[in-house]
Amino acid sequence: MLISFCLNGELKKLNISPNRRVTDLLREDFGLTGTKEGCGTGECGACTILADGEPRLSCLMLAAQLEGKKIVTIEGLSDGQKLHPVQQAFIDYGAVQCGFCSPGMILSAAAFLRQTPEPSRDQIRESISGNLCRCTGYQKIVDALEAAAKIMQEE
Amino acid sequence: MSEYNVINSRASRIDTPDKSTGRAVFIDDMSMPGMLYGALLQSPLASAKILSIDTSAAENLPGVKAVVTAKEAGLVKYGVSPARYDETLFCHDKVRYVGDEIAAVAATDLETAMEAVSLIKVEYEELPLLLTIDDAMAEGAPVLHEKYPGNVCAEVHQEFGDVEAGFKESDLIKTQTFRNKRQDAAFIEPQGCLARYDPSSGNLTLHSSTQVPHYVQRTLAMVLKLPVGKVRVVKPYVGAGFGIKAAANPMELSACLLSMKTGKPVKMNYSREQVFMFGRARHQFTHTMTTGVKKDGTLMALKHECYLDGGAYSSFGIATVYYAGSLLGGPYKLPNMKYDGYRIYTNKPACGAQRGHGGVAARACWEQQLDIISEELGMDPLEFRLKNMMVTGDITCNDLNMSSLGMRECIDAIKEGAGWDAKKGRLPKGKGIGMACGFFVSGAGYPIYRSDTYHGTVVIKLTEDGGTALVYTASAEIGQGSDTTFAMIAAEALGILLENVRLESGDTDFGVDLGAYSSRQTLMTGHATKEAAEDVKRQVLEVLSEELKIPAEDMDIKNAAIVFKKEKPDFSAMRTRYIKEHRGWSDNPAEDDELSFREASRIAFLARGSIVGTGKYKPHELGGKFKGAAVGTSPAYGCSAQIVEVSVDEETGKILIEKVTDAHDCGRAINRTSVEGQMEGSVSMGLGEAMYEEVKFDGKGRVINSDLAEYKIPTSLDMPPVEPIIVESNEPNGPFGAKEVGEGAIMPTIPAILNAVYDAIGVRIRELPLTPERVYMSIREKEKE
Repeated sequence: MLISFCLNGELKKLNISPNRRVTDLLREDFGLTGTKEGCGTGECGACTILADGEPRLSCLMLAAQLEGKKIVTIEGLSDGQKLHPVQQAFIDYGAVQCGFCSPGMILSAAAFLRQTPEPSRDQIRESISGNLCRCTGYQKIVDALEAAAKIMQEE
Repeated sequence: MSEYNVINSRASRIDTPDKSTGRAVFIDDMSMPGMLYGALLQSPLASAKILSIDTSAAENLPGVKAVVTAKEAGLVKYGVSPARYDETLFCHDKVRYVGDEIAAVAATDLETAMEAVSLIKVEYEELPLLLTIDDAMAEGAPVLHEKYPGNVCAEVHQEFGDVEAGFKESDLIKTQTFRNKRQDAAFIEPQGCLARYDPSSGNLTLHSSTQVPHYVQRTLAMVLKLPVGKVRVVKPYVGAGFGIKAAANPMELSACLLSMKTGKPVKMNYSREQVFMFGRARHQFTHTMTTGVKKDGTLMALKHECYLDGGAYSSFGIATVYYAGSLLGGPYKLPNMKYDGYRIYTNKPACGAQRGHGGVAARACWEQQLDIISEELGMDPLEFRLKNMMVTGDITCNDLNMSSLGMRECIDAIKEGAGWDAKKGRLPKGKGIGMACGFFVSGAGYPIYRSDTYHGTVVIKLTEDGGTALVYTASAEIGQGSDTTFAMIAAEALGILLENVRLESGDTDFGVDLGAYSSRQTLMTGHATKEAAEDVKRQVLEVLSEELKIPAEDMDIKNAAIVFKKEKPDFSAMRTRYIKEHRGWSDNPAEDDELSFREASRIAFLARGSIVGTGKYKPHELGGKFKGAAVGTSPAYGCSAQIVEVSVDEETGKILIEKVTDAHDCGRAINRTSVEGQMEGSVSMGLGEAMYEEVKFDGKGRVINSDLAEYKIPTSLDMPPVEPIIVESNEPNGPFGAKEVGEGAIMPTIPAILNAVYDAIGVRIRELPLTPERVYMSIREKEKE
């Protein structure tokens, strides 16, 4: 079937097979391998993308659901020159260890901070509770997001 | 102000720009032209004879390029420890657990490969199932492996000092039993690999999500009968491992074999379910400990018996059963210790090494027992521990040398950090505070196979313009931050800036490095890195000495500039020469700049060609002479103390962990942020094991919670605030005084939680995890008493 959607700012029109998962479409057809697959069943959050600004699990989405949507993957979060404040904060605050959960975590957090400019620490913890991380214990991620929230407010 | 210019700081990790933008390449992000996809046929039964295997239908499926079974793979025995090679790549006579590998298929796409797997016909004759230690040790029980009667995979019997004499001198003797549960490491990236065999040269390259390229290289060579020199193992970024990725797995071997059969690259991945099926994570341990103390609190003796439910194969299990005993030798002065350990085969996935290898459940059992004893003696648990604490230079009864031990400093730090004195014994019912200690090796003292090999070699080469030091190490960055650690060590030792270093790692072509296990890399690879950097520095200064006619020892390199300790010489001719070679370049040095490292190393290149420095490390001879003495030896030991604060709802049994105060002695901290990251991550994994985690089986030996919804690891909402306190002893055997933090930091978490729960509700819980049901039932049982 033919679908059209916006991917990281570019309009895409393509023929897809109706049983194609969005994770596979992004990773295999578009080479956007920043979207990770950790479980394939919607539990770990590593495959998170933004659809019309909302975090979505791409491993549970079929490609047809992209029709008409604005999709942002980790590769499209910043313009390539200046990093998104959440990305920069992840670097500055040591929020990344193995980095496999980071793309999904960063996208979940970026969507949340856009909607919640002055979050409490507990709200931040809740916003990333669907993204599992086994390395960090989350503390430095939450620290990074507190800092990113301040920077986003100033911008 | 630190005496160091690069290390001991909070430098940003060199891998985070790639990892936070999606550019970092992990194994499943790789592909190659003409690549095939592999899939495994794994046994659906936990115990059965294989009567026949028919692969003809699979072979005839269009798109299938190769099907391999034991017939093609051969029956070379392999495993982790050469003393217990008990696996073959594919089963040929019987299957021993649900998931045991029988065949592998390569096809043009994954769907075809999986369909082909489903077309392989295997006839089984079911055999009796041994799912528990009791089943496996019952009289007349069938054996999993003919070579190991009674299903005893390994047993250990050690006595140091005289335990019975120690008990005679004791005023108080306590015995307790404790049990944890089989854990899964639940790293977020499932194992994957991509093998490429070149039939024309006979070279095999395996890209794999491994912690140990070196050991995988040797296993591939042995099982596939290739010369080691023809096998290269390369690790891309790895989505963590925690010990489970620290040995070659059947998928890696299958992908290589399929690539050898087809001449094409072959890619394979585990699904999340297969990660659980493969297992190799924390064992279930059942510990029984008897400890004797004098009235004044002096520890006299420990008698310890332990049973490990090992699963179907040995994996790391021999080391595990030794570690479960030997790691209680410290950090307290314990004159007499007896240990009897048994690792038993069962028809379940093999268990192996996971963070805190072998020592975590033992530590949980003993530190709870020490709490019980201190209460009966009327001593503060913290004071009781301090009374028995070893100090730097002490040697344990099992010959482990505490060459540095900041344990007292750790205890002092958490005591103050948590406000212990104001809280202990003063909290209302339902609230509790508890503490515990622990320690761990900074690298196993000996390689897994017997060898005089260096444990790490490092090469550093300067670029011809002198601007950059290229560090090549075969060590494994798996998320812990080792690449950054070694770049920092190289920069510090060479006297340049972190941004002047570029590092490549995780490739067996770069040298030997035993990899990321036993918390070894910071100390061992760090030493080799430091030595290589010093070698480079020496060569650069030698050339400068010849050119400037100044003794090399009168010069140094700091902050990427040459330091003249005595009179500053006239180096204008050298500078002119450098500038002439770089006409038109925008970043040439100005007239009154200091002589830069870049100029000096360019001059060195012109004099000598490539400037290459090498470094190597292996520990000095360590440990005693008794059987198994090697397990637990290390050139250094990291140590921790933690205080946990909890509240317990006695109506529901639900525990809330409110705060963790965590001090760890890592020697000199190379990267302070990374040290804290290991501490916080360790607390998280320990908390998960204490509170939620248990791999469960049905009556047929199938894992029933093989996903991340039913197997619960901590989320961001489950983690309390953790206050990490870095304690820095100066470890004489460590590079710049550094030692481990990756595993020692998990040791105190579980017992500190258990002790805090007791403080809150007056109930000792002797089995993990601390689910509300278990806590509730424990409270009700206590009420009945």
